[in-house]
Amino acid sequence: MKQIIKSLGLAVVAAGISASAFAGNITVKGSDTLVILAQKWAEVYMGQHSDVKIQVTGGGSGIGFAALQSQTTDLCDASRKAKPAEIANCIKAFGKRPTEYKVALDGLSVYVNPENTLKELTEDQVGAIFTGKITNWKDVGGPDAPITVYSRENSSGTYEFFKEHVLKGQDFAASAQTMPGTAAIVQAVIKDKNGIGYGGAAYGGGSKLLAIKKDNAAPAVEPTEDNVENGSYPIWRYLYVYVNPALDKDEVAAYLNWIRSDDGQKYVKDIGYYPLPKNLRSN
Amino acid sequence: MQPSQKEARRTPGWMGIHRGHKARPLEWLAEKFIFLVSLSTILMVFLIFVFVAREALPVFFGQTDTALVSAVIPPNEMDKHSPAELQKYLELTPEQFKAMDHDTLKSLMDVKVEAQDDIPEEFRTSRDARINTTEWRYLLLPHQWDDYKKPEYIWQPVGQIKKFNIIPLLVGTLKITLIGLLFAVPLAVGAAIYVSQLARPQVREIAKPTIELLSGIPSVVVGFFALLVLATVLQKIFGYETRLNAFVAGIALGFAVIPIIFSIAEDALTSVPRAYTQAALALGASRWQTAWQIVLPAALPGVFAATVLGFGRAIGETMIVLMVCSASVMSWSIFDSARSITTTIAAEMAEAVNGGPHYRILFMLGALLFAATFISNMIGDFVIHRFKNKLEGKR
Repeated sequence: MKQIIKSLGLAVVAAGISASAFAGNITVKGSDTLVILAQKWAEVYMGQHSDVKIQVTGGGSGIGFAALQSQTTDLCDASRKAKPAEIANCIKAFGKRPTEYKVALDGLSVYVNPENTLKELTEDQVGAIFTGKITNWKDVGGPDAPITVYSRENSSGTYEFFKEHVLKGQDFAASAQTMPGTAAIVQAVIKDKNGIGYGGAAYGGGSKLLAIKKDNAAPAVEPTEDNVENGSYPIWRYLYVYVNPALDKDEVAAYLNWIRSDDGQKYVKDIGYYPLPKNLRSN
Repeated sequence: MQPSQKEARRTPGWMGIHRGHKARPLEWLAEKFIFLVSLSTILMVFLIFVFVAREALPVFFGQTDTALVSAVIPPNEMDKHSPAELQKYLELTPEQFKAMDHDTLKSLMDVKVEAQDDIPEEFRTSRDARINTTEWRYLLLPHQWDDYKKPEYIWQPVGQIKKFNIIPLLVGTLKITLIGLLFAVPLAVGAAIYVSQLARPQVREIAKPTIELLSGIPSVVVGFFALLVLATVLQKIFGYETRLNAFVAGIALGFAVIPIIFSIAEDALTSVPRAYTQAALALGASRWQTAWQIVLPAALPGVFAATVLGFGRAIGETMIVLMVCSASVMSWSIFDSARSITTTIAAEMAEAVNGGPHYRILFMLGALLFAATFISNMIGDFVIHRFKNKLEGKR
């Protein structure tokens, strides 16, 4: 009996040692927007480096920052910039600011029903529709019909970005229907001929993507890949990875470097986002 | 030893277990193990409560501050301030403050300054920028925010000015729960009367397990069904404008609650003594009269308890409501969208800053919900016990 307990104990200790000795273990946690892309990167990278093991989990940018601060994850994916309170929490936990890396671009488009005759809106008009100041399509040059607004959950980084940059910080209309994901918004807009929604340009299949004008005088810009990458389409954002600077070395640094290299950026388009401009890449 | 003496010495032992004989070691071990397991469940409930309460307490004590614009201490002037002042300004505990060196403190102060610099100009001058939106009057009373024409109840917890009015959520929760109960109680109690009193044994054999099977359907499946099928069908029938609203959510919630109410009500109706029914039938009452005028009144406390437990389940249900409707509109109309407390917690917790005001308020809502289900379950339990005693003639 004693022998068994002894050997069991040894086995546990050995397992513990081997787990910690397995240095090439990277955990990634955070934004649900980024999770598919992060998984793709992890898959490809693990295929190229058999000694590295990468675990990717979603949950949300907020969950990612909480994990970064409690040091239960190496990398934190985020679809928004870290908030001052989160940076302060990190400093309290490990004494330093987390290092921020931009890893991809995301263009947000405005979807309407394919039957809608409208082709373009100015940024201000989009803002007025989503805040509920404009409630009829005829006010923006469309047919005489009420507008149904579809929005995301307020936990979504897309929601927050849209609110800060397109709505200029004003509240969404209270009657805006909250949908659990971008795909749900697209489905709703396809079914509802008076509907309008927003989300990643790549998800918009089946709906009509509106061209956006920065202001009345500016030309209308379609949310195409080129227009997002060269910055002429006005609604876009960065996607980020945050890391504890103390961990930003060896495998983790090599992985981050690879993500931002030409090789890593190749896969961004497959997922529906846009690669970083050349000057922001690591090589 | 006389049997009567033996009886007298058989006192409840430790943990109330009668020890009439010498316990065998294995039994003793198993007994202790079971005791520990049951103790751990109680401990778990207690710990969860402590955890929720601890996270929510700062809201109750008014220790959270969401004022957008606040005074900053420039980092290069930090030596002019006393350590106690700095510690309070940086929201640190004394231990944290002691453990930090000068540079770390300075970078924390830089973050404070950056946070103020990030505020867009139009919000800096807003009259909402200086108020702490987690005070009770902003949580419970309507307030006229900038950009709004009249005082309103607004739940918009993400953004520059965070609006945390919980009234739309309370109203939404009650609205959905009541619709669910109004739909579920008549159906479930009717089914229980039918199955226990009127149905032929063959029908009962099939009907009872089938209804109870409903409780085995995961709520996410019910939600999905409601989202895709029920919402469209109900909109066609009633012709209202918003496709996903409190009415659809309530009906879908009803499906989750029916099996609970049914099985408790059915138990209550079945346990009405046979003598009551036989006496009524012997006096010439029809089966319908017996069920309606004799058995149902006798089982009424049980039916009431079933309803109360159903309420507890309905108010705590998350997934169905999350999938079917979730716009926090302040309205009593059942055909408007609504958002329940559970939905709010499930949908928003993931992105709330750990330990921030939004996080605390979500925990406060959780504590509220905990209290509501706890009280409703307690009432249900109390009524069931009273009812049992009454039927057993104990009073």
